[in-house]
Amino acid sequence: MTTRIEDRFARLRDEGRPALVSFIMGGDPDHETSLGIMKALPEAGADIIELGMPFSDPMADGPAIQKAGLRALKGGASLQKTIDIVKAFRETDTETPVILMGYFNPIYIYGVERFIPAALEAGVDGLIVVDLPPEMDGELCLPALAAGLNFIRLATPTTDDKRLPAVLKNTSGFVYYVSITGITGAAAPDANKVAAAVGRIKNHTDLPVCVGFGVRTAEQAAEIGKGANGVVVGSAIVSAIETSLENGAASGTTVEAAAGVVRELAGGVRGLKA
Amino acid sequence: MNQPLTPNSFRAGPDEEGRFGIFGGRFVAETLMPLILDLQDHWNAAKADPEFKRELDGLNATYTGRPSPLYFAERLTEKLGGAKVYFKRDELNHTGSHKINNCLGQILLARKMSKTRIIAETGAGQHGVATATVCARFGLPCVVYMGATDVERQAPNVFRMKLLGAEVIPVTAGHGTLKDAMNEALRDWVTNVDSTYYLIGTAAGPHPYPELVRELQSVIGKEAKEQMQAAEGRLPDMLVAAVGGGSNAIGLFHPFLDDREVSIVGVEAGGKGLDGEEHCASLTAGSPGVLHGNRTYLLQNSDGQIKEGHSISAGLDYPGIGPEHSWLKESGRVEYVPIMDTEALEAFQLLTRTEGIIPALEPAHALAEVVKRAPKMGKDQIILMNLCGRGDKDVHTAAKHLGVEM
Repeated sequence: MTTRIEDRFARLRDEGRPALVSFIMGGDPDHETSLGIMKALPEAGADIIELGMPFSDPMADGPAIQKAGLRALKGGASLQKTIDIVKAFRETDTETPVILMGYFNPIYIYGVERFIPAALEAGVDGLIVVDLPPEMDGELCLPALAAGLNFIRLATPTTDDKRLPAVLKNTSGFVYYVSITGITGAAAPDANKVAAAVGRIKNHTDLPVCVGFGVRTAEQAAEIGKGANGVVVGSAIVSAIETSLENGAASGTTVEAAAGVVRELAGGVRGLKA
Repeated sequence: MNQPLTPNSFRAGPDEEGRFGIFGGRFVAETLMPLILDLQDHWNAAKADPEFKRELDGLNATYTGRPSPLYFAERLTEKLGGAKVYFKRDELNHTGSHKINNCLGQILLARKMSKTRIIAETGAGQHGVATATVCARFGLPCVVYMGATDVERQAPNVFRMKLLGAEVIPVTAGHGTLKDAMNEALRDWVTNVDSTYYLIGTAAGPHPYPELVRELQSVIGKEAKEQMQAAEGRLPDMLVAAVGGGSNAIGLFHPFLDDREVSIVGVEAGGKGLDGEEHCASLTAGSPGVLHGNRTYLLQNSDGQIKEGHSISAGLDYPGIGPEHSWLKESGRVEYVPIMDTEALEAFQLLTRTEGIIPALEPAHALAEVVKRAPKMGKDQIILMNLCGRGDKDVHTAAKHLGVEM
C-alpha cells in the first residue's frame, strides 16, 4: 500500500488539525492549466488532492462539477491524460497524497488490469469510484487493494449501522462521509448532525473520516472540521475556476482563483489548531 | 473455445447479484444502495403475494384494457407474399403504448413501500405520460425529467403530462436528451431518498429494475403465447420487436426464450446509418460498458465517454440497452439488427395504408424488419410482431420528414 495518505494523517494528528481535501477536475479547463492549478494547491493549503476523472454522465454531481467535467472533455481530457497530470505533478511533489475520483466506465474501458499499474506508477495513492458500492468490490476495489492502491469508500446518511461494516470492510486510507443525501455542491450540511454521523462511523473503524458535499466557506470548513479528520471541498473551487475563465478558456487569473479559494478554506481548518 | 456454453434455460437470470452473464449488476452510489436493496425486498414480497397479483390483474383488465388483441394482418401478409404476419396490439392500451403495463405494477409497489412522491425520466414522453397517468389514478405527486431537446420535439406529450397533473422538468444538463434526463432523475432520487420512488421506464438500470420491468412487461408475451395457440394451434416461427431500452421486446420475448424453435429478432434504431455517429444501435455498433447502474452495451468512445444517440424515433434515442438484451445477444439466443430512419418511415406509411393502423415510429422499425423477412419465409410460417405503440404522437415528425407542412 502506498503510505502517503497514512503519513499525511499522522502529521496532521501531530499538528492537531483536520485535513483540507481539495477536489479539482483533471484537465479543467485545459491540460496545462489543470496541472498548474494542481501544483499550486499544496502551497495554498491543500493537504490531500482529489483529481476528478472526467465523465460524460456524472450522476452524483451537481451543476458545478458537471460543467467542469464537460469543460475538461471539450478541452481534450481523457483518463490517460488525467493519469499524465498526476505523473507530471509528482515530478515536483512527492508528498501530497493524490486520489483519483470519478465513475467506473472510463476505468472499465481503459481496462482494470492496465489502469491499476498505470495509476500506481504515476504516483496515485487512492481511488474513489462513486458508482462502485461494496456489492461490486470484485470489479476494481479488490484488485486495487491487492496492488497497493487505497480504495476510499463513501459512507452516506443512508448507510445505517447494519450496513456500515460491509461498507468499511474493504476501505482503506480514509472514509469519505457524504454529509447530505444529494449531489455535490448542494445544500450545506448541519455540522451537529455530521459530527454525530462521524462519531457513528468511528465506532466501526480506526480510519480517519473526512466529510464532503456542500462545504463552501472557511467557516463551514472550520465548523465541520471540528468533528472530523478532514473536510473535502470541490464545487467551491471548480466554481472559482469557472468564474475566472474568459470566453470559456483559462485566463491569467485561473490558477490564482483556485488557489485563492483553497487558501481561504485552509485558513478555516488551520484556525482550529489548538 | 470461447463460445459460451448454451445454458439449460435462457429464462433463469438474473442471479442474486442482478447479473445476466457479465451484464447487469448494481453500479450505483452508496446513497442509493440501501434503497435498491429495500426495493428488491419489496419486489420479492410482491412477486409472491397473490393480493398484489390480483390488484394488478384487475387494473390491467379494467384500466388498461388487457388482454390486448392478437391481430392477423391479412392485407399486409398478402402484400408481402410470405409468412403470415400477426401483431400483438399493445398500441390499443390506455395511454397508447406498452408503457402502462410497467407503470401500474411499479406504482402498486411504490404504494406498498409507502412512498409519497414519484419521479420518472422520459424521452419521447410515452413513459412520462404513462407515469403521470398512474400518478393521477392514485393521487401521487409526479415529477418527470425530460431532456430540453425532447421537450421541444414532443410538445403534445408535455402538455398531456401537465394536464395529468405532473410537473415536467426540462433537463438542460449535458445535451438535453434521454440519458441526461435519466442522470437528472438519479440526482433527484439521491437527494429525496426518503419520500421518493423512481419509476424507471425501461428494463434497464440497477438490479432489480431490469428484472422487475421485464416481469411486468412479460404479460405481453404470456398473452401472446396463449392467443397464438388459440388462433393457430402452435407457436410462431419468429418474434420481432423494436428495442430502445428494450422493455416491450423483453416483455414479448421472455416467455418464449426456452422455445428454441421460435427464432427471435430485436430491431435497433439504425438512424442515418451505422457508418456515422447518428444512430442508436448500441448492440450492433456499441461495446460493453457501465452506465445508469448496469453493465450493458453502450455507444461510447475509446475513453469510455458516452455518446449521444440519434433516431427518428425519440423512444429509441438512448445510447444503452437493457442488460438482459446484451446477454441474449452474446448468448446468441436473439438476433439484433438495425433499421434506418428511412426504412422505418416507409414501414410507418405502409401499415397505415394496408391495415389502417398508424403505428408509433418505434414499432415501425420492427415492421420494417418484418417487411424484409416475411417474403423470404414460407406461407405456412408465422411472424409475431409487437405493435407496442400507436403513432398519434409521431404524425408531426412523420409530416416533417415527408415534407408536409402542418
